[in-house]
Amino acid sequence: MLQSGRAGRTPSSGEDGALASLSAGAARMWRAFASELYKSYAFIERNWYLTKRYWGWEIVWLAYNIINALSVTFIAASAQKTVPGLHFTQAQINQFVLYLTIGTAIWSYVSTVFDGVTETVTIERWEGTIEYTFMAPVSRITHLVGACVFALIHGFVLTVIQLLVMSLFFHLDLSRADWLAALIIMVVGSISLIGIGAISAVLPMLFTERGSQMAFIIRAALLLVSGVYYPISVLPGWLQPFAYISPVTYLLDGLRMSIQSGSNTIQLWYDIWPLLVCGIISIPLGMSIFGVAERYAKRTGKLKRNG
Amino acid sequence: MTSTQQRASSLSHADQPENETTAPQHKRLGALTEADLADLDTHPALVIDHLSKRFVKTGGRSLWRDLFAWLRRHAKGESGSATADHKSERRIVRAIDDVSLSVRRREIYGVLGSNGSGKSTLIRVISTLLLPDEGRVEVFGHDVVREERVTQRLINRVSVEAAFFRKLSPMENLLYSSRLYGVPAGEARELINTTLMRLGIKPDRINQPLESMSRGMQQKVAIARAFLTAPVLLLLDEPTTGLDPRSKQNVQVFIRELRDTHDATILLTTHDMDEADALCDRIAIIDGGRIVVEGTPDELKALVGRKLGLDHPATLTEAFMAYTGRDWESDEPEDDDNDEEWK
Repeated sequence: MLQSGRAGRTPSSGEDGALASLSAGAARMWRAFASELYKSYAFIERNWYLTKRYWGWEIVWLAYNIINALSVTFIAASAQKTVPGLHFTQAQINQFVLYLTIGTAIWSYVSTVFDGVTETVTIERWEGTIEYTFMAPVSRITHLVGACVFALIHGFVLTVIQLLVMSLFFHLDLSRADWLAALIIMVVGSISLIGIGAISAVLPMLFTERGSQMAFIIRAALLLVSGVYYPISVLPGWLQPFAYISPVTYLLDGLRMSIQSGSNTIQLWYDIWPLLVCGIISIPLGMSIFGVAERYAKRTGKLKRNG
Repeated sequence: MTSTQQRASSLSHADQPENETTAPQHKRLGALTEADLADLDTHPALVIDHLSKRFVKTGGRSLWRDLFAWLRRHAKGESGSATADHKSERRIVRAIDDVSLSVRRREIYGVLGSNGSGKSTLIRVISTLLLPDEGRVEVFGHDVVREERVTQRLINRVSVEAAFFRKLSPMENLLYSSRLYGVPAGEARELINTTLMRLGIKPDRINQPLESMSRGMQQKVAIARAFLTAPVLLLLDEPTTGLDPRSKQNVQVFIRELRDTHDATILLTTHDMDEADALCDRIAIIDGGRIVVEGTPDELKALVGRKLGLDHPATLTEAFMAYTGRDWESDEPEDDDNDEEWK
């Protein structure tokens, strides 16, 4: 009687060996992945300890962001009085307030994330620990992922606090918000920021004294072209192409659409796919550039503490 | 018995007289794999083969300078290296010049040299922080450039500056370091407490910010950091410089203990001739980036004694002076601390 089908087949010893080998390979890969995750957590935990110890700076940074956001958003609240002859309804003013509130909140978030990632090198150099971290058996991806995850969580928490304070000053009309869509766009947008953050972290590694200040230029350029406080359509024609390559443009647009207009995830696809593309391109690019810069630093002796 | 308990147990052996130390055992944590351990028995701890490292002193922003020089050369249609562009400001210095040496497993090998002689550069190349221009360096058979990650698992370092996050406590700093080397947090906490107390740091200081501790105590924490990751090759770059005599002695006892009970090979750079004499099995004197002599302390002292026509061996200080031709205290600052750019 002929046996057919897989159920009737008895695996040969060779197949057993192949399966065992595959299984051992998978187990090794999992162990390696878990080990890298564990090492990545070292950077999250360390940054948390540093945040706790430098709590004064946290308060200063939070206060600065809140005051900055209030100053900008009051422009919207006073639109009726600052533009003579024009009449806005309260609903229109509320929308303008919400527009700027989202802009200032996201700008605070982006700034905190960028600072966190850029400081990956800066703080190590300042404290003098850079050589010890870079000679540890940790891949740079693991290192940067740890720094980025903390920066994203840190930025998110500070931004939520900022929004809570803003809500005490302004009536924020959130009745149409699709929070799930907002959350998705935040997550996708955050991932797309990691690659740019990694690229900016290269500057303090190569330029030991002025690298951090140079990283501000990247942030300032994003602020100018991404439509943080105004629609990108008001930019001069030659600047607008830069808006289209900035992930912050799509992050802001998606958030405004989901919170102000109640757009759902499917309707936000036109913001989501550019963010995904940006993440897919910028993360490997950022990691590669960081790797090349690290090699250059090792060749030229720049991988050392200040002073 | 967990590996932590094994370590704690082996720490207590340090209280025994020196001649009663236990036989070397593999008591390893975290970073090392079984393959790494197998390599320990089949290769010398450290092989440096015709290593050279040059640097260019520019006194400015070398990246921009290099970029502009490169653009200028290409605009003129010239080719070749940056050396074609030297003007008065660029000075190429050979920090390490054709250095070769080999260190056996469980050896304490001293590198003596004046400031700027290339000791720290040598340590930084072995630490994977600098890429050599020529030659190769192998740690237990692993090339430090091509097998960087494996090398990093095998080594750790204590430098003259106890580099830490100053606002963080010893516990927080050492937990961070332990995690990077894959030591489980629970095990690391226990080991951190045991090690720091063994080094004379009181329990109430373990959770205080490091910035409130003296330099000697910080240096002890730095030694604990290296110890926690169970390096098989420990690079000590002037670890006792600036310490008071008691702290210096504590550190020296600990260095011996690391070798005797923890199976570590130690490369030690120092200015302290008495320390080198007491600790090192072999010594190399390095001057101007080149090794000028190598041998056991007794060999070097006897050799120089004969050269000087003495009827007794010379001191190690006399040997150092004889081979370097000058007093180390009057030399240039060490390369790590000046504003030189490495080529």
